[in-house]
Amino acid sequence: MNLAEQGTSVGLRALSRLASSDLLDRVGLREVTERLVHRGTRNGFRAANAAGRRFASAQKLAGPARQKRGKRPDLFDLEPSDEQKMMIEAFGDFAATKLRPVAQQADADCAAPADVLDQSAELGIAVLGVPEELGGAVEERSAVTSALITEALAGGDMGLGFAALAPAAVSTALGLWGDADQQATYLPAFSGEDVPAAALAVQEPGVLFDPFDLDTTARADGDGFVIDGLKSLVPRAADAELFVVAAAVDDDGPALFIVEAGSEGLAVQPEPAIGLRAATTARLRLDAVRVPAGARLGDGDSYRDCIRLGRIAWSAMTLGTAQGALDFLIPYVNERKAFGEPISHRQAVAFNMSDLAIEIEGTRLATYRAASLADQGRDFSRAAAVARRLAATYGMKVGSDAVGLLGGHGYVKEYPVERWYRDLRAAGVIEGGLLV
Amino acid sequence: MAINLEIPKKLEQLVEQAHMVAAEVLRPISRKYDLAEHEYPKELDMLAAMIDGLDEGGASSGAGAAGVSRASGNGDGGNRNGSNLASVLTIIEMCWGDVGLLLSMPRQGLGNSAIAAVADDEQKERFAGKWAAMAITEPEAGSDSAAIRTTAVLDGDDYVLNGEKIYVTAGERADLVVVWASLDPEQGRAAIKSFVVERSNPGLKLDRLEHKLGIRASDTAAFILDDCRVPKKNLLGDAEIDTKKSFAGAMRTFDNTRPLVAAMAVGLTRASIERTTELLADAGVTVDPDVPAGRQSAAAAELLAMEADYEAARLLTMEAAWMADNGKPNSLHASYAKAKAGRTCVDVALRCVALTGAAGLGEDELLEKWARDAKILDIFEGTQNIQLLIIARQLLGLTSAELK
Repeated sequence: MNLAEQGTSVGLRALSRLASSDLLDRVGLREVTERLVHRGTRNGFRAANAAGRRFASAQKLAGPARQKRGKRPDLFDLEPSDEQKMMIEAFGDFAATKLRPVAQQADADCAAPADVLDQSAELGIAVLGVPEELGGAVEERSAVTSALITEALAGGDMGLGFAALAPAAVSTALGLWGDADQQATYLPAFSGEDVPAAALAVQEPGVLFDPFDLDTTARADGDGFVIDGLKSLVPRAADAELFVVAAAVDDDGPALFIVEAGSEGLAVQPEPAIGLRAATTARLRLDAVRVPAGARLGDGDSYRDCIRLGRIAWSAMTLGTAQGALDFLIPYVNERKAFGEPISHRQAVAFNMSDLAIEIEGTRLATYRAASLADQGRDFSRAAAVARRLAATYGMKVGSDAVGLLGGHGYVKEYPVERWYRDLRAAGVIEGGLLV
Repeated sequence: MAINLEIPKKLEQLVEQAHMVAAEVLRPISRKYDLAEHEYPKELDMLAAMIDGLDEGGASSGAGAAGVSRASGNGDGGNRNGSNLASVLTIIEMCWGDVGLLLSMPRQGLGNSAIAAVADDEQKERFAGKWAAMAITEPEAGSDSAAIRTTAVLDGDDYVLNGEKIYVTAGERADLVVVWASLDPEQGRAAIKSFVVERSNPGLKLDRLEHKLGIRASDTAAFILDDCRVPKKNLLGDAEIDTKKSFAGAMRTFDNTRPLVAAMAVGLTRASIERTTELLADAGVTVDPDVPAGRQSAAAAELLAMEADYEAARLLTMEAAWMADNGKPNSLHASYAKAKAGRTCVDVALRCVALTGAAGLGEDELLEKWARDAKILDIFEGTQNIQLLIIARQLLGLTSAELK
């Protein structure tokens, strides 16, 4: 296949966008000097009105635009394409040089530095799932590519990765399921210079939450819907200009709704949690929020896909963080001495490391398989459940064992390990927030 | 192309055939030979002939014990799905049928894999069509295969072998036994070589057949090597004692065969999960993969958890085989696969027995048999602990002196 053919099939535009960004040149040069303080107050909801812009359809589309589906590959293959490799490298560099160094402070601040979020937007994160005719960068739909990028970012920091990827969940949802009007109204903003903060809000605060049995409701009323409910752990909610909210429609099961910040009855309350603090998680309350009929995004099938793709994304997040932890642990156990030799010379330590490596690789393969099945348009419900289960079980094991391997060092904030312990709790819990 | 972890189209038919054989030939006689330990499963002769036919016709895609030699890099740089992947996929199906019977399959012994991996062309031709068992373990040396005491002394055109070998799978039935012996025990692992011994050799004396916990359809032999004369030309690999690489060469066989044993474990795991899923469905329990485990019954949640580990084991096994097909060093990943698949199959088989109550314990079902068969898969071809040791040394960059 020549370069031009490769370009049309896998998205040379995404690469040229990366390459033309001067961000890569600046990586490591620009000091991160600004930090945001945790701007939410902790006492009560305030109106969610971070509306920096009016979303209005600038062009009339004849029909919704969709990224092309790749054709089913003939062979078993674990080799990423050259383009994917370059993206892994670019996002991996970004994660290592821009996310990891500020992760500790962002965790303490419950906020991601603005320049980090700007830079991640500049890398084109939010346009991966946007069709080309609407300013997107990739012609072919690829959940695998998104999973690889998610993994790479989480290798820097899970909380910052969550913050950076939050708008992409909304743009990807619009790209996959938006109708012509919805796409024309909302998608141009995501491919522009100033990408809006946005969030996909599925999670609810109830114990044993099931995304297919929502407490949040959307009641048909006149020519629109009235939405009531409470969403939990919504990333960057206070700054978000746009939400996609999961709500149960009368007798029609769960569905997605586009809700603009500034809508009457929409309120945000900070909800700091054990981990993912850099994503400034918050509760989003919808109190008789009225949306037009055209706010409903997709149908029942797309809702199911949304939940499954979200689970794959969280598996990829877990994977990146867990691999980052393993990469940190290897030199640590080789250098840390006890009883006159490195602790890695003891089977109790070494075998624990082996266990982590085995399970991380198993989770990786299951995650890629689920994403690849999604790209092929085949049933990926079971594969997504498998990936999630592995990520939940072994992600938590990595976090817990990592602290154990460092002992007291693992428990203090001088090392990043206690943060991974906290962040990795999210793996098997959170629904939505991300999409691949 | 694109990342894809599905069974490749070109192997779908082969996998289907293997599954049919497992369902139609192996399953129906599974209990029979579990009860009749040491009896020769004569039904397998016909099956072996059929597999030979498939091999000659090229329809087997090189699957089988002798097909798992490593690709020596690939010239065109393209992706290959070759005989290693074909082998693990067919073994998964066959062991969904019965592990013990697969191990008794004529001409599919681990010795055949060793010959395929290290024999020269002349030897390959001479031993073609023969069934080869593998004799490594001794009463005093199991996992520590560098400590074997069987000796080989050159005498004219023959090596003379003396020692004792145990746990030789298919040792009684095979045509050949690949015996590991030391040219000089003083020189440690570098002096260990493998020798192809004809089963009919009078110096190779069958001492006993073991009575076992499981895989009873497969005979496990113990041999005494008593001045056993083996022609010089039956030494596999290099006859020189090279302290740098000889043992590594012998161990290389394992990089190819560990994914095969992992595949056996994967097949057994699936059998247990499938049958348990059916029995639980009869009892009114079904799994909904979309619904969080905490919202489903404990039995359904357990099925989901077992399925997740099964899938990890299966994909790790395919990965290790795919790497071998593409000439990528896979020693680490072969051990990932073996470790994960071995422990998963024991864990799953035992949990399935527990989940299904009296049905799981009784001999009306095969679940109790699978629970017994399973344990060997986490032992032979490198125990769980040995796999963890191999992985740790590579992961941490440690020598065997540093990490004992």
